[in-house]
Amino acid sequence: MIYQDSKTLLEVRGLRATVNGVEILKGIDLTVRSGEVHAIMGPNGSGKSTFAKVLAGHTAYEVTGGEVAFEGKSLFELKPEERARAGVFLAFQYPIEIPGVANSQFLRLAYNTMQAQRGRDELDPLEFDDFVREKMKLLEMNPDFLDRSVNEGFSGGEKKRNEILQMALLEPRLAVLDETDSGLDIDALRVVAGGVNQLANKDNAVLLVTHYQRLLNYIVPDYVHVMESGRIVKTGDKALALELENRGYDWVSVEPRAAAGAAA
Amino acid sequence: MSAVLQNLVNQPYKHGFVTDIESDVAPKGLNEDTIRLISTKKNEPQWLLEFRLKAYQQWLKMDEPKWPNVKYPKIDFQAISYYSAPKSKKKLASMDEVDPELLRTFEKLGVPMNERAKLAGVAVDVIFDSVSVVTTYKAKLAEVGIIFGSISEAVQEHPELVKQYLGSVVPVGDNYYAALNSAVFTDGSFCFIPKGVKCPMDLSTYFRINTEASGQFERTLIIAEEGASVSYLEGCTAPKFDTNQLHAAVVELVALDNADIKYSTVQNWYAGDENGIGGIYNFVTKRGLAKGVNSRISWTQVETGSAITWKYPSCILRGDNSVGEFYSVAVTNNHQQADTGTKMIHIGKNTRSTIVSKGISAGHSNNSYRGLVRIAPTAAGARNYSQCDSMLIGDQSAANTFPYIQVNNNSAKVEHEASTSKIGEEQLFYFAQRGIGAEAAVSMIINGFCKDVFQQLPMEFAVEATKLLGFKLEGSVG
Repeated sequence: MIYQDSKTLLEVRGLRATVNGVEILKGIDLTVRSGEVHAIMGPNGSGKSTFAKVLAGHTAYEVTGGEVAFEGKSLFELKPEERARAGVFLAFQYPIEIPGVANSQFLRLAYNTMQAQRGRDELDPLEFDDFVREKMKLLEMNPDFLDRSVNEGFSGGEKKRNEILQMALLEPRLAVLDETDSGLDIDALRVVAGGVNQLANKDNAVLLVTHYQRLLNYIVPDYVHVMESGRIVKTGDKALALELENRGYDWVSVEPRAAAGAAA
Repeated sequence: MSAVLQNLVNQPYKHGFVTDIESDVAPKGLNEDTIRLISTKKNEPQWLLEFRLKAYQQWLKMDEPKWPNVKYPKIDFQAISYYSAPKSKKKLASMDEVDPELLRTFEKLGVPMNERAKLAGVAVDVIFDSVSVVTTYKAKLAEVGIIFGSISEAVQEHPELVKQYLGSVVPVGDNYYAALNSAVFTDGSFCFIPKGVKCPMDLSTYFRINTEASGQFERTLIIAEEGASVSYLEGCTAPKFDTNQLHAAVVELVALDNADIKYSTVQNWYAGDENGIGGIYNFVTKRGLAKGVNSRISWTQVETGSAITWKYPSCILRGDNSVGEFYSVAVTNNHQQADTGTKMIHIGKNTRSTIVSKGISAGHSNNSYRGLVRIAPTAAGARNYSQCDSMLIGDQSAANTFPYIQVNNNSAKVEHEASTSKIGEEQLFYFAQRGIGAEAAVSMIINGFCKDVFQQLPMEFAVEATKLLGFKLEGSVG
């Protein structure tokens, strides 16, 4: 939702980044204000996921130019964990498995880290158990998953729900959802999207990275950006996504398709 | 390996200080005279001197084992001092009389003595460079007939028990280092739990090597008579010296019918610096004899220190229905080498054994599990389950598994599972993205990996082990 009195959360100017020496992001400009939902769409290899990971500070990517300010402060001066504590959240496209670490333990450590950061009380295991079970209802999750190892043996849908559960626990200022719809059946998509919608409010913002318009039926964006070859080439509203669905990405393409195949 | 990981593993050794107490040190070198000197200093009976001399004669004919997967320069056994004792040797009536310098050392080590010991319910028999300095709770234990103290005292006060059991599980000529230990051991713990007695508290000993280049040769003997049970804790730290120090201990456990011995170790001796200079050579023979029916021997070890670790706490399951257990976490970092595991020798009928081994290698270290499961023809219905998991941190470390399985009875059932995993950048990034730094992330992953073993440790030890692994691996990931 676009609000009159919103504040600028994220300001990206001329962002360039490489992986293994190959330039993937070639000058991205984007402004995200509180309360807004942005969708970043684009063909495979256009740099959408790279953009998400660069914001979160993944070490495999090297920033080679530009600026990113988060709530007025340079994001690049913060380590990945500091960005997270500042309120930047990334829901992973492929959440990694962590064998041997119980989900409940992991979630509590993440939650308490954030609580400490915000000067709030940490929860002991019993208090946290009650708290997290409430949050899980939002995502229609089976309580037994608290005892399982983090993401280990989870189905695609369970992994994505676990990501959104973490978003619910950590209450980020900016949530970047990287292909959260991929691998979800229609019921799971509805539940996950419902969760995101409940968490979105006028003080935070959501950046959806997606290949398909489908998700946007459930989470309605205020802005839709089309990425191609490491740049945002078109920006519009929800109607743009529908148009893309009908006409394909070639419609907005500014370069021959062959040039776009660099990397994911 | 990224910088974050590297910083994590490379924490300086916290216990590297030398206590300034005058030591009574024997001249360097080993011959029959040295052994006679030790025996005389300790006022030992003739049979024990003969035991030592017999071991020495056997040792002379033996060679150092070459089969472990470890490398080190040849040890000069003539350059080692075989006896070192703090000089103030009069008996102390209370803690107040203990050398304050010594107390400060224990303070730094975090040894739970005094009130802390009482609160924790731990009776500590402190071995400080070979001589037992203080024994707490002795009187209380004596009320129920438990003998717990140094083996030197036991030799004086209960010679018949020592004579009966010493060398009965690990014979003097068992192996090179056991023979050496049998010849020159200076002190260690002795524990006797009489028939039907359940030891009311965990028994604990802290060992510490203090004098530079004094090999420490402890000898521990624990006997649980019919129906008795005991849980014994061993914790080890050593200060920092540049020359390698040899530690060749022997531990013997004997469990009679329906007896139960649980032996837990947290070993954090100086491991050498980040370039592999210095550190303890930990060459230890530990063996338990489950002699009686339904007896049980359980080893739990958390091995984080020492430049080289060479030890295989073993169980000989002689009694029918006896049970052997081995739970191990071995952590190596920098240039540490560990070749450790167990032997389960099934002789009695329906004997059962469980092996759970977790090896963690970081830096340039090399971590090997070596284990033997032998089912004798007599061991009808024997069962073994082994699980050996390795975790690699960074890309310079190595993990190996050498399982030996010998089954000579068709009714036996033996299972072996193994896995190797790695703490990767992507896992750490996932934690970081949830606000959790690399240190906390590694600690959580490692504790998850080790939890099957940690849950076997008594509570206080489990806490200590968890912390130890935390700072041991700080800087190893990233």
